[in-house]
Amino acid sequence: MIKVENLVKAFGPKLAVNDVSFTVGRGEVLGFLGPNGAGKSTTMRMITGFIPPTSGRVTIGGHDIVDEPLAAKRLFGYLPENAPGYADMSVHGFLNFCAELRGLQGDARKSAVHRAVELCFLENVLYQSIDTLSKGYKHRTCLAQSLIHDPEVLVMDEPTDGLDPNQKHEVRNLIKRMGENKAIIFSTHILEEVEAACTRVIIIDRGRIVANGTPQELKARSPEGRLEDVFRSITLPDTVKH
Amino acid sequence: MGAWANIKAIVKRELGGYFTSPIAYVFLVIFLLLTGFFTFTVGSFFERGEASLVSFFTWHPWLYLFLVPAVGMRLWSEERRLGTIELLLTMPVTAWQVIVGKFLASWLFLALALVLTFPVVFTVNWLGDPDNGVIFAGYVGSLLLAGAYLAVSCMTSAMTRNQVISFIVSVLICLFLILAGYEPVTGLLSRVANPRLVEVIAAFSVMTHFEGFQRGVLDLRDIVFFASVMGFALFTTGVIIRNQRAG
Repeated sequence: MIKVENLVKAFGPKLAVNDVSFTVGRGEVLGFLGPNGAGKSTTMRMITGFIPPTSGRVTIGGHDIVDEPLAAKRLFGYLPENAPGYADMSVHGFLNFCAELRGLQGDARKSAVHRAVELCFLENVLYQSIDTLSKGYKHRTCLAQSLIHDPEVLVMDEPTDGLDPNQKHEVRNLIKRMGENKAIIFSTHILEEVEAACTRVIIIDRGRIVANGTPQELKARSPEGRLEDVFRSITLPDTVKH
Repeated sequence: MGAWANIKAIVKRELGGYFTSPIAYVFLVIFLLLTGFFTFTVGSFFERGEASLVSFFTWHPWLYLFLVPAVGMRLWSEERRLGTIELLLTMPVTAWQVIVGKFLASWLFLALALVLTFPVVFTVNWLGDPDNGVIFAGYVGSLLLAGAYLAVSCMTSAMTRNQVISFIVSVLICLFLILAGYEPVTGLLSRVANPRLVEVIAAFSVMTHFEGFQRGVLDLRDIVFFASVMGFALFTTGVIIRNQRAG
């Protein structure tokens, strides 16, 4: 469903993303791991067509994101980093607006909003304005927005950021459940998350893919069988000068 | 068809945004108070002793100079500050639909403010026998003028995430659009420059083109002028947004 080929993004002389290629099929949950500033968000922004790649190609369900942006964008739901939302809108108004932009009308829209609200446990804050929400609720509101049209492809940038342990658990389970019949890619720097929800892991460091495999395969690389050791041995902390 | 549905959704959201925050009410009250003050006190509506709204429309280019950028400054800056621009532009909508939708919503809002000045029309009709055709032309011109300023504000708003900067730059550009054809300035210029050149500069001014409407003339050239200012500013908005995404 998602096909990324030789993706490159240069900001001036700096290569934020350097020759990244991978595919995600239906029924796959791809965890995108990497230290801060490794190029995870930049890659996701290129996949969703928010910024154009310097070179390389992204196709979603066979539609090129640059050449046929509308056809490609219809297929996915996107949760951007920091879960933005319109501060002055109510949760209900916001979800309705997003559903409208997704082309949902009348009863279909009502039931879509209802389903997303239920899925993300937003009943209690439905008519509260977004700027009065706690971080967890704000995050789930944006998550609900990405699920509203029941997309075949989901792109999520740090979906559990700012959630409490219970909420993290819920979201992970949700991702796992939805991953059975969708193609999902999500980024994180929490390693336990990857083990809990992913069928495959890509580790990216300074714009390059440095590891690609199932969580079990990666764990097998370390003598103690811990993902954390693998992560630390193949990525450089940003405290090290390079 | 899909394009219109998207534009409609954006117009609805933006208009709703004005009315759920105090902006709309503060703006409407200030706009109506100021138009009243300028028309009746500064413009000496009663002392003129004529049944026309000249003293009402004369002030619009100056009033709009500050009020329209106040309406337009948040259109894109806010979107960037909140990060919602990433959400909006990864939806199945084109940047054009968003630009047009945002512009139309604010223009409708300004049109509403203008409609609420209706008591002044009633007053002049009650006191005398004005040419309502001239008044209608004045309103059309005023709406076009507001649209031109608004498009400029859209453009400056897209340049920065800081609303204050957006406001100031937009006031400056609009001030240029006024002064280029403002009589004291053109008079001064014609003393040092070729009158032909002064005429060319004045042709860029909203004053030159707003004047006809005040006299009741709906000249196609004036309409084309305002439409092209809007077209140009909105086109530039599109270019700015595309360049920002290209990084």
